[in-house]
Amino acid sequence: MAKEMTGAEMVMHALTDQGVSHIFGYPGGAVLPIYDAMFSQDKVKHILVRHEQGAVHAAEGYARSTGKVGCVLVTSGPGATNAVTGLTDALMDSVPIVCITGQVPTHLIGSDAFQECDTVGITRPCTKHNYLVRSIDDLSRVLHEAFYVAANGRPGPVVVDIPKDVQFAKGTYTGPRNVQHKTYRPKLKGDLDKIKAAVELMSHAHRPIIYSGGGVINSGSEASHLLRELAKLTGFPVTTTLMGLGAFPAADPQWLGMLGMHGTYEANLAMHDCDVMLCVGARFDDRITGRIDAFSPGSKRIHIDIDPSSINKNVKVDVGIVGDCAHVLEDMVRLWRSSAKAVDKKALADWWKQIDKWRARKSLAYRSSNEIIKPQYAIERLYALTRDRDVYVTTEVGQHQMWAAQFFKFDEPNRWMTSGGLGTMGYGLPAAVGVQIAHPQSLVIDIAGEASVLMNMQEMSTAAQYRLPIKIFIINNQYMGMVRQWQELLHGGRYSESYTAALPDFVKLAEAYHAVGIRCDKPGDLDGAIREMIDVDRPVIFDCVVDPAENCFPMIPSGRAHNEMVLGDSAENLEVTAEGKMLV
Amino acid sequence: MLTTNPATEPHALSILVDNEPGVLARVIGLFSGRGYNIDSLTVSETEHQNHVSRITIVTTGTPMVIEQIKHQLERLVPVHKVVDMTVEGRAIERELAMVKVRGTGDKRVEALRLSDAFRARVIDATVESFVFEITGKPDKIDQFVDLMRPLGLVEVSRTGIAAISRGPQEM
Repeated sequence: MAKEMTGAEMVMHALTDQGVSHIFGYPGGAVLPIYDAMFSQDKVKHILVRHEQGAVHAAEGYARSTGKVGCVLVTSGPGATNAVTGLTDALMDSVPIVCITGQVPTHLIGSDAFQECDTVGITRPCTKHNYLVRSIDDLSRVLHEAFYVAANGRPGPVVVDIPKDVQFAKGTYTGPRNVQHKTYRPKLKGDLDKIKAAVELMSHAHRPIIYSGGGVINSGSEASHLLRELAKLTGFPVTTTLMGLGAFPAADPQWLGMLGMHGTYEANLAMHDCDVMLCVGARFDDRITGRIDAFSPGSKRIHIDIDPSSINKNVKVDVGIVGDCAHVLEDMVRLWRSSAKAVDKKALADWWKQIDKWRARKSLAYRSSNEIIKPQYAIERLYALTRDRDVYVTTEVGQHQMWAAQFFKFDEPNRWMTSGGLGTMGYGLPAAVGVQIAHPQSLVIDIAGEASVLMNMQEMSTAAQYRLPIKIFIINNQYMGMVRQWQELLHGGRYSESYTAALPDFVKLAEAYHAVGIRCDKPGDLDGAIREMIDVDRPVIFDCVVDPAENCFPMIPSGRAHNEMVLGDSAENLEVTAEGKMLV
Repeated sequence: MLTTNPATEPHALSILVDNEPGVLARVIGLFSGRGYNIDSLTVSETEHQNHVSRITIVTTGTPMVIEQIKHQLERLVPVHKVVDMTVEGRAIERELAMVKVRGTGDKRVEALRLSDAFRARVIDATVESFVFEITGKPDKIDQFVDLMRPLGLVEVSRTGIAAISRGPQEM
């Protein structure tokens, strides 16, 4: 059904045909025709952010909590450059985003025109793919292709740069059904021989572990379901990465908690001592492996990933299976069942006994206090008081993020939105905006640090405009806590520029944004204050004043192996090699 | 892996790509962004009807790095196919160079005599200079250029390596 229309109208048609309900954006000169076309339709709702970085993070929150593609619309020049941090964040964490940018008219490209920048040049390394649409004849195809590329294979951000004259030009619109990418066809099914080899390895394991990541969540709810099924069938312990929290229920006794730099003792030691490791949709990131030449020295490794370049990138594996987690896990579960595989029960029982010993070490324990709120306690209480509700959690980046990962328990996927790969301070507040847009009836909490949250505080204004009752729960220790912790442990306690003097009064700040401000600095008042926060049907900034000296443990110091992790009660002995100090 | 350090070796990669704006920048940006070397690069449209170009890159790395480069290239949306010509074996590699030599008398005669031995062609001449065109493997060209140096070498322009596999199969 070919229809004659302008480029700007094509954009709105394509968004509608792709099932987009909301787009996060900010107008400007080079996208005025699209905003004009938007004005005369009501299918796609526009959410006006206060900064383009916020638009991308909001779209990320929307995408990660729904599994759909998040959409962004920004203008040329500064609109596009402001979006770059968000795009890079989405690339690192494999979040499907389509970002439409305006561009100066084609005849002005390259002339240093007002608000011109080389958007496709700038965003080439921080997108999965990008397009500059020079002709109206290409526009509808490119728009549909962008959604296909963003969502298929390993998801990621796609930029479509549309010059203003192309937005005004008239052409023929084609719908999504007639558009297929020429060559891009990611492989979904894994190689059956390799899956058989993997099952064979797993069935002979004495000390197995399943290490699962964000890929399981990206693959959809079926993958999480299959992961649970495989764990039940095999009886193997499961640990998940920061990005993978919720794919396996935290309440399940087979779950060892998060692994990695601030992971649990039992998860990291089990990774170190295992003899067969099944990595599902994770990428052996340096936060996970610690010192790479001492990583899990005695194990055979199986790696399932949709991105072939993830396999053998950091860590050599024995069986690399390229495919979508859900597809591969389905085959794996079927093969395991059909061949009635049974592991060595005695060995597995011994392994669990060993794991229980590590568990008994209680690596997340902290010294509680009646005078001052411990940050861990604050998050424990926040979890306890919200666990029966329909909750989504976003975070900023730093200590509070790690504590949230350790102490907030997730039993379902898509409930936890955090900036893992890029570690973007300022992610959580706009992400919460996006999540609340997607789930208007749910309780959306940004567990924040007072330093991070100030980086995108302006988005409170967005929350106010759309009456989004997001809860900004600030773990306020007056420091860039993770920077302070590293300075304490690695730089002789010289706290260079990590203390924020002259913090705003967060309660007054909340009021200035038409939100509700709550401050709490006593452990005894905390429960009541949290209940008050939950009950308010408006945006809230909760200033939770915590112990400024608390450090985040357990911790694998930089350049150390999993079995050299430092627990909170033995932190005095922490030594880091010169080589370790070089790592971040 | 970072810590083990097996020997690096040169590999010629043939890459078939959609001939669309920015595709070369994507390929080159991948190499610079991820810290890989480019020893040689050639690119030209090879299938006009299908808008397909062929890029040949010679890069140096450990086998694990080369494998990683191949996978990273395959991730790029407009890349159709990547073949490691060195691993496939028996690939033919050729390069073309134009070599300008200036001199008179014995040196001029010697330059002409050597060019004949290397099967180079004279494609421009003045009373005091030649431009030679020479085709061959890169080390043959290196050798020719070295020989021309004492005979009045002025400048060299090289195309970089093009590679193709032997036998009836396409890549």
